[in-house]
Amino acid sequence: MAYRDQKLREEKVFKDPVHRYIHVRDRVIWDLIGTREFQRLRRIKQLGTTFLTFHGAEHSRFNHSLGVYEIVRRILANFEGRSNWNPEERLLCLAAALLHDLGHGPFSHSFEKVFMLDHEDFTKKIILGETEINAILRKVEPDFPTKVAEVINKTYHDKLVVSLISSQIDADRMDYLQRDAYFTGVSYGHFDMERILRVMRPLDDQVVIKQSGMHAVEDYIMSRYQMYWQVYFHPVSRSAEVILTKILHRTKQLYEEGYAFKQEPKHFLSFFAGNVTLSDYINLDETIVMYYFQAWINEDDPILADLCYRFTNRKLFKYVEFNPDRQLKESIELYQLFQKIGLDPEYYLVDDSSSDLPYDFYRPGEEGERLPIYLLTPTDELQELSRASDIVESISGKTRTDHKLYYPADLIESLPDDQIEKARIKALLGLE
Amino acid sequence: MLLNHARLMRFFVDAHDITGRKKLQKMIYILKKINIPFNEKFAFHFYGPYSEELTLRVEELCNLGFIAEEKQDKGHYFQYQYTVTDAGKAFLEQAPDDLPLCHEKVQLLKEQSSRFLELVATMLFFEELPREQVEEKVHQVKASVNYSDEDLTEAWEFINKLKLN
Repeated sequence: MAYRDQKLREEKVFKDPVHRYIHVRDRVIWDLIGTREFQRLRRIKQLGTTFLTFHGAEHSRFNHSLGVYEIVRRILANFEGRSNWNPEERLLCLAAALLHDLGHGPFSHSFEKVFMLDHEDFTKKIILGETEINAILRKVEPDFPTKVAEVINKTYHDKLVVSLISSQIDADRMDYLQRDAYFTGVSYGHFDMERILRVMRPLDDQVVIKQSGMHAVEDYIMSRYQMYWQVYFHPVSRSAEVILTKILHRTKQLYEEGYAFKQEPKHFLSFFAGNVTLSDYINLDETIVMYYFQAWINEDDPILADLCYRFTNRKLFKYVEFNPDRQLKESIELYQLFQKIGLDPEYYLVDDSSSDLPYDFYRPGEEGERLPIYLLTPTDELQELSRASDIVESISGKTRTDHKLYYPADLIESLPDDQIEKARIKALLGLE
Repeated sequence: MLLNHARLMRFFVDAHDITGRKKLQKMIYILKKINIPFNEKFAFHFYGPYSEELTLRVEELCNLGFIAEEKQDKGHYFQYQYTVTDAGKAFLEQAPDDLPLCHEKVQLLKEQSSRFLELVATMLFFEELPREQVEEKVHQVKASVNYSDEDLTEAWEFINKLKLN
């Protein structure tokens, strides 16, 4: 029997707190899970710095990847025998779902910003490069790795296949919303996924939703909205991310200036030089990054040592709301005051906007911008979701945005009371 | 501070006004691909390269009152037009200024239709491939748009002109 069609003698199951069981019967999927590159995802947290706000949020990209695979598996079981669906694409969908986050690195978001990397590029490189994953995919057929990479990159010719993994209502979002809600312990993020799966229909270029399932989709959209503001963009998690980003900037700057590290940043050298190999990338995970942060607490550079201490021991920056329209002059004055008191504002006065952590709120958008969610009416017509649902319409219009300034309140408070800048800084930050 | 916002604002000033979110997305992507330092991250979507970060940043600029957004109901869809406000101009007087001058490139892009910019952006997304494969890929991922050989030739010429400009 061809490798692509081989089934395990007994079905394997992973016990999962969100989907109860994750079922694996395909030999290819089982083999992919066992690879070094996929197992690495156990050492990359799904929510980055969020564990410093919600202590339960220690779950990994490994958990999430299995969850996305399981949702796609269930969707496809539902699609079987329906028109518009080509069952030949089943294994491709399952493999792409399982591997869609393969290229995420440690604390991905900060690393990508500081070192100008793209986890999607690394996903592609792992799938197409000399890796255990690639060897398994090639056993299916020589161009199977390319097909999987194209589905994940959203450039595969069959848009229906792509839309299962990546669209405004896809398996990726359905898993992470529920999983992140479960592990953070918040009560948002729940919706009736079983109902949504039952009303999903394959149609030409995308999956559409039977009109009777509109209310389940409304819940899903609300859940996305709530999770962003309550969990993903939580200001304490953002504070941790601000510090993490500054640690990476500081380390890079020190390295470029020839600073003599007590703990040399060996694992980071190619990141500083901008010539990261696939092997360098795969070898760096969050356990290694945290090791360096602990070690750098003892560095002679006071900024690096302080930032690492803060991140490791959760001594985070405080924040104030910041309106760039009305307070730009004040922020420039603050910048100068920080310089006067010897606190480098590049590291200790940081603005953070909602766009620094982009999240795809549901927006119907305009024609040709993004594909919206369509409802399939009983007369087989398509209706864009926000035109049918008052709830969705009300939250998909004007988006709330947010700007904050982060600063080390403890260092400001520790200034002598007779230092003239102290009172002015406190007044500008609203600390009095 | 607010460096990325300031860069976008300078683009809006250069463009004077932009009609259509899709056009805006493709213009910024193309400028980024010819090394104008925009930091917004793009990924391939149904209609070509798209940046959620850019969408959100533009919404922030609207909410701050730096740019005005006019929404027009076109029947089965909406279209948006953007112009810089006086508050936006005042912001730029104090904001960081590191965007290289690219007025001519912006005007060149603005003169094109969003359909054509979608083609150019898609071709640039696949630019690491040989020319024949880029064209093959465009026909594959944009089958529904039905770009002709003439469209592709025109797009190649346009890309060269942009890079030389």
